Amino acid sequence: MSEALVFHFDVDGDNFTSAGQASVQVKKDLRQLGLPTDIIRRISIAMYEGEINMVIHANGGTADVLVYEDAIEIILEDHGPGIADIDKAMQEGYSTASDTIRSLGFGAGMGLPNMKRYTDSMDIKTKLGVGTTITMRIELA
Amino acid sequence: MQINTYEHSVLLDASKCTGCTTCMKHCPTEAIRIREQKAVIDSTRCIDCGECIKVCPFQAKKAVSDKLSEMSRFKWKIALPAPTLYGQFDNLDDVDYVLDGLLKIGFDDVFEVSKAAELVSAYTRLYLKTEGIPTPVISSACPVVIRLIALRFPSLSENIMRLLPPMEVAARLARERAIKNHPELKEEEIGVCFISPCPAKVSYVKNDFASYKSQVDVVVSISDIYFQLVSVMSPDAKLKSMTESGMIGIGWASSGGEATAILTEDYLAVDGIDNMIHVLDQIEDGNIPPVKFIELNACTSGCVGGVLTIQNPFIAKARLQTLRKYLPVSMNFLTKEEGDYIPDSYFFDELPVYHPINRLGNSIAESMHMMADIQKLRESLPGIDCGACGSPTCRALAEDTVRKCAKIEDCVLYRRGKEGAEENEG
Repeated sequence: MSEALVFHFDVDGDNFTSAGQASVQVKKDLRQLGLPTDIIRRISIAMYEGEINMVIHANGGTADVLVYEDAIEIILEDHGPGIADIDKAMQEGYSTASDTIRSLGFGAGMGLPNMKRYTDSMDIKTKLGVGTTITMRIELA
Repeated sequence: MQINTYEHSVLLDASKCTGCTTCMKHCPTEAIRIREQKAVIDSTRCIDCGECIKVCPFQAKKAVSDKLSEMSRFKWKIALPAPTLYGQFDNLDDVDYVLDGLLKIGFDDVFEVSKAAELVSAYTRLYLKTEGIPTPVISSACPVVIRLIALRFPSLSENIMRLLPPMEVAARLARERAIKNHPELKEEEIGVCFISPCPAKVSYVKNDFASYKSQVDVVVSISDIYFQLVSVMSPDAKLKSMTESGMIGIGWASSGGEATAILTEDYLAVDGIDNMIHVLDQIEDGNIPPVKFIELNACTSGCVGGVLTIQNPFIAKARLQTLRKYLPVSMNFLTKEEGDYIPDSYFFDELPVYHPINRLGNSIAESMHMMADIQKLRESLPGIDCGACGSPTCRALAEDTVRKCAKIEDCVLYRRGKEGAEENEG
C-alpha cells in the first residue's frame, strides 16, 4: 500500500481532562495494525506530549498520524502563538507555561525534548502569531 | 496460559436475555455482541471483570462458581475465607464467629486469606526495595488486572509484582499446616476451598493462571455460603480465639488496603474497571506522577464490590472498618530473619504472554488495508452508537463487518438511508 493510512484527531483546547485522548485512541488503532509494542509506546508518549503542548500553549489543534509501510509520521498542527526561540524550547526544563499551568503539574519543560527523544526525527515549523506545525517520524524498519 | 482455551466464569441464561444491549455497551473490552437477540461473549476478549453481571437488568448473566458439595470428595477440608466475607454480616464484632461458623458447616480447618495477605504485605515492602525493578510496581492480586495487561497493556507486564496473591499463599500454607498437624493425611486427601467475592478468582483457579498450578481446589461464592453460615453462627457462643488477622489483612478487602500496607505514601490505589484502564493508559504514556506502587482493583471499592457478595460494597467496607478498629496492625509474626528476604515460594516467574486479540490481519500490510476499509465504512454509519445492530459502537460494527462477522446492513439507519435513496431515484 503506497498511500498512507491516516488517523485524524481534533485536540480540544480548553480541556485538560480530555487531553491525552488522542494518544489513547491512537494506541488502540495501532495495536490493531499489529505494530510492535515498543513502537506504539513511543508514538503514544510523543503524541501525548504534543497534545498537552497544544492544550497549554495553543488552545488546541489537530493531530494526524500517518501510517506508511516503513514509518509512522505524526503531524501536530496548531494556530497558537508560535515558538519564539526553538533552541531554548528544546532545552530540558525550559517552559513558558504560566504558574497556573505549572500548579496543575504541567509545564515542566520536558514536552519537546521528550517528543524528540521518543521519535527518530522531528521537524518544527513555526511562525509567531500564526502557529506551529511539528512533524515527527518513527521508522518501522 | 492458553488464552483460546481459557475457561470463563461468566455464563448467559439465554431464557432471560432479551438482547437489550446493556451489557454490550458496558463491556470494557467490547467482548459482547448481540446475535439473534441474545448476548454472546467472545471468550478471547473477556477478562472476567463481572461488569456484565452487575449491569444486566434481567439477571441473565450468571457467575459460575463451584458448589460446596464438591468438597465432599476430600477427607480434610480447609476453608480459605476472603476478608470480604467478614464484611457481609450485620453487627459482627469478632471474626471468630465466622471462622467458627465455617467449622460448623463442615470444614476441618480454616486458613484466613487475610493472614496470608499480611505476609504478602510484609514481602511487598521488601520487594519494593529491589534494585532495578520497573516502577510503578503493579499489584498482582486482582486477576482481572493481570488478564487485562496481557490483552491490552503488554508494555506494562514487566511492572507486575511477581509475588503470589494472598489466596495462593494461603492455600499453600494451609496445606503445609494440614500435613504438619496430621502427618497421616495424603496430599490428595486435602481439599482447599476459597470463599470468593468474584468470578475472576474462579477463572484464575480453573485456568492455572500465570503458568503455575493453583493450589486451590474448589471456589465457592460468598453468596452461596452466606445463608448456611448465618444459620449456624451463634452470637452467644463462647469461642476460643482463632483469628490471625490484623488491620492490614482485613484492609485488603477494600480499595487502598493493600497499598496503605506498604507503609509509605508512595502509591496510588485505583478501583473500578474504567478507572483502572484509564490509569493503565496514563502509566503507559508516562503521564502519572512517579509512584512506587499501584494497587488496582477491577471492582468498585475493591473486593467488597465483587459480584459474588451479598452486601453492598460501601456497607461492607464500613463494617470492615469497624471490625478492624480494635485489631493489632498486623499479626504476621515474622521473625526478624524471616522478614529479611522473600522466600522463593512467594514468587511466580512467568508473566502472562501478550495476546494481541485486537489485531486485524495477519500482517501489518493486511491490517492497514482492513483499517482503511473500517475507516471508510465508519463514515457511512450514523455515529450514534445505539447498539441496535448488535455491535457496541458504529466503529465496532465497521470493524465487525470488515472482519466478516457482521454486515453493514445490520445498521437500521444505514438501511433506511439506502432505501430512501433508492425511493428518490425511483
